[in-house]
Amino acid sequence: MVSASHAESLESIISRFAGRGRDALLPALWAIQTASGHINLEAVRALSLALNVPEADIYGVIGFYSMFHDQPTGETIIRVCTSPSCGLAGSDDLLDHVCQRLGVEPGQTTSDGRYTVEETTCLGLCEHAPAALVSQRGVGERSVPSAVDLESILADHSAPYPAVTGSLTHLLLDGIPVDRAQTLAEYGDYSALRRTLNDLMPDEVVAKIQASGLLGRGGAAFPTGLKWEMARRSEEKPHYVICNADESEPGTFKDRVLMELRPHLLLEGLALCAYAIEAEQGYLFIRGEYPLATQRLQQAIDAAVASGYLGDNIMGSGFNFHVEIRRGAGAYICGEETALFEAIEGKRGFPRIKPPYPTRVGLFGKPTVINNVETLCKVPGIINRGGRWFRQWGTDLSTGVKLVSVSGHVSRPGVYEIPLGTPLRQVLTELCGGVTGRLQAVLMGGAAGTFLAPDEIDTPLTFEDLRTVGSTLGSGAIMVFNDSVDLRDVLRRLGAFFQHESCGKCYPCQLGTQRQKEILDRLHAPLPGDRERLTDIGQTMSESSLCGLGQTAAAAVLSAMKRWPHLFE
Amino acid sequence: MAVRSRIKTLKIDGRDVSAHEDETILQIAEENGIFIPTLCRIEGLSLIGACRLCLIEVKGWNRLVPACHTHAEEGMEVFTDTERLRNYRRMIIELLFSEGNHVCAVCVSNGNCELQYLAQRLGMDHVRFPNMQPVRKVDMTHERFVLDRNRCVLCARCIRVCDEIEGAHTWDMRGRGIDARVITDLDIPWGDSETCTSCGKCVNVCPVGAIVEKGRAVGEMTKRKDFLVYLSKMREAKK
Ligand SMILES: Cc1cc2nc3c(=O)[nH]c(=O)nc-3n(C[C@H](O)[C@H](O)[C@H](O)COP(=O)(O)O)c2cc1C
Ligand code: SF4
Ligand code: SF4
Ligand code: SF4
Ligand code: FES
Repeated sequence: MVSASHAESLESIISRFAGRGRDALLPALWAIQTASGHINLEAVRALSLALNVPEADIYGVIGFYSMFHDQPTGETIIRVCTSPSCGLAGSDDLLDHVCQRLGVEPGQTTSDGRYTVEETTCLGLCEHAPAALVSQRGVGERSVPSAVDLESILADHSAPYPAVTGSLTHLLLDGIPVDRAQTLAEYGDYSALRRTLNDLMPDEVVAKIQASGLLGRGGAAFPTGLKWEMARRSEEKPHYVICNADESEPGTFKDRVLMELRPHLLLEGLALCAYAIEAEQGYLFIRGEYPLATQRLQQAIDAAVASGYLGDNIMGSGFNFHVEIRRGAGAYICGEETALFEAIEGKRGFPRIKPPYPTRVGLFGKPTVINNVETLCKVPGIINRGGRWFRQWGTDLSTGVKLVSVSGHVSRPGVYEIPLGTPLRQVLTELCGGVTGRLQAVLMGGAAGTFLAPDEIDTPLTFEDLRTVGSTLGSGAIMVFNDSVDLRDVLRRLGAFFQHESCGKCYPCQLGTQRQKEILDRLHAPLPGDRERLTDIGQTMSESSLCGLGQTAAAAVLSAMKRWPHLFE
Repeated sequence: MAVRSRIKTLKIDGRDVSAHEDETILQIAEENGIFIPTLCRIEGLSLIGACRLCLIEVKGWNRLVPACHTHAEEGMEVFTDTERLRNYRRMIIELLFSEGNHVCAVCVSNGNCELQYLAQRLGMDHVRFPNMQPVRKVDMTHERFVLDRNRCVLCARCIRVCDEIEGAHTWDMRGRGIDARVITDLDIPWGDSETCTSCGKCVNVCPVGAIVEKGRAVGEMTKRKDFLVYLSKMREAKK
């Protein structure tokens, strides 16, 4: 373990970032947070002068992101996930145990200043529940899968955790090692990009994506080709491409697995998008809780640059494309595309009002395409083999294959690739080895999704079929609960999640998520009128909130109310 | 006069109105004497679309949209006062009232408060949520002004006016969700602020009794009437 004395000094950090402008704020705050465990007033003053950002503004930014601290923390910060999937695997007991051993409450630091313990929302390691995340001062973050006790959390895991994967279609996740990243030599020579640079015009790339019918895999299911076309036609320059790797939807971890195992596939997809919309600069925005994916992608970028697949004059074509990784700092809302732009620009992650849409006014006010990790990973295959090839899977409306993240009560939780249209039952039995115990409920689409009852699991997994039963495929999160689970407890965790993650910009969600949480906390002993209040708040949030967070913050609750009214009596 | 954009005709609450295409529904409604409630918007400052009180229904559109940020389109049919909208607006005001300390009878802004006015106008007659009883320390350190966060509705007008017009950027927001609150400089007492010029702009834009002048008795705090005009002028000058 590296001791704190090796940490970079404040002067060195400031001089490294000085004059770089406001968008260097998050990287600079990360550097200070890692070096000193917190960001004190002296650091804020120095940064304010170096980056030309008002002090109040910087202070507001620090207070927005969960992983930044303005008060001293322990040398080691231990964060235990208490979202539903980890909750099922005993994370409450684990948190109690860690706190008891260290003699602190969640949020506190031991008196010797060595440890701080925190409770956290989903860490995206649901197939290895319960999970924890450790921050070591002067070193950085480290994920802890399958945490057992304090010792297992503090032990330095040098052996990486293998991903659990399976596939009915054998495209993205087959024939690759599951415990390390595919190397550049194993991946190949970026043949889709090479062919494109040699043979295709940007509009032909867009046409291929449009022909595939690909819908965005980040949750909103927007047609990818149409998005690219709109950005391509935007006259204002420059254009930007962004990969949304913020993956913070509880129960979703497929993007993490893709980044950890197949970083070059993602980079090639991103470069193809850049070529199609004539962008020269791209960003990969990765949540701060994904240290391994961040590290592997940085290595992949370096390797691709060294081989001339990224950078200036790629493969002698004259096309330039540079990619920079930006780390999030603990805020689910930064997965919302406009909040993500704000985060890259160094601001609090407040969503913008739309329209204008990102394809016209996006990052730095310029036309921008933002796509999910999985969406971009589909692109090289479509370019190489064509839209018709992609359409051999799925339905007319939901084309191709999809990754789903399955967690909770199944024999083999993991990431699985399915043709869209596969019934949920088949996923659970054939791929996941069956439900453990008797099925009680499935939460589709994560915290922002909806519940399905056992008699609904023959529903084909397509965007349209799930919509028909009032549900959603969302990002492809599938959380399985057997009949030993207290669904009120699950609802309580969801309520706490949204209350914690609401950005606070608009009233219905800022105040509604708080009131919803209070009512969900007392579901075992509700007050008269709670049910009506819960419905009214839920509808108000769903219809009047500014962004997708508030609009879906009551979706799971309202869907549970419809299926299991007795839970609310 | 500069060349203005094209004229659009549309219907608001069944009435035929015409407007320039760069006008928002809110502006058109105001010109035609149609009331749409607002709280976060103030003429002359950037739009944030945060209070959601100005939501309207448009025929054929699935979603409710904010009138302050929606432009006129030819043939559009707008509804500003449906049962559905009234319900949401009342709910939002109810949530606001139960979050802070809004005991009007003891507030210096009693009678001059936009929240109080909206509650009356929208017919919010009861609050079904227990009051959260915030106990936030009142900041009396500024020599001329007082900040009472218990009455703040987080409309961010003070933050915007201080940044966009005065250029001081004394205010910002800290925390998120229910924990969000306004701060001055590095979350220090307002009186110790090195950036505040004591211009009083934030006092004039605060819609409630959260930022007020010192030494006012209950109901005595009024805002400068021509302040909106002043703001628009300053903003134009800045462009
Ligand atoms: C609260 C919230 C969180 C989101 N989080 C993510 C995320 O973590 N990853 C993601 O790809 N999209 C996320 N989205 C959706 C994005 O706004 C956006 O639609 C998506 O990145 C577009 O990419 P796609 O078309 O490839 O799906 C989120 C949306 C909301 C409202
Ligand atoms: S809906 Fe929630 S997360 Fe979205 S802008 Fe409003 S307060 Fe922020
Ligand atoms: S008095 Fe003027 S400078 Fe001071 S905080 Fe208010 S608006 Fe800003
Ligand atoms: S202090 Fe007044 S102006 Fe500032 S956010 Fe609060 S209510 Fe709005
Ligand atoms: S006035 Fe607040 S959202 Fe339009």
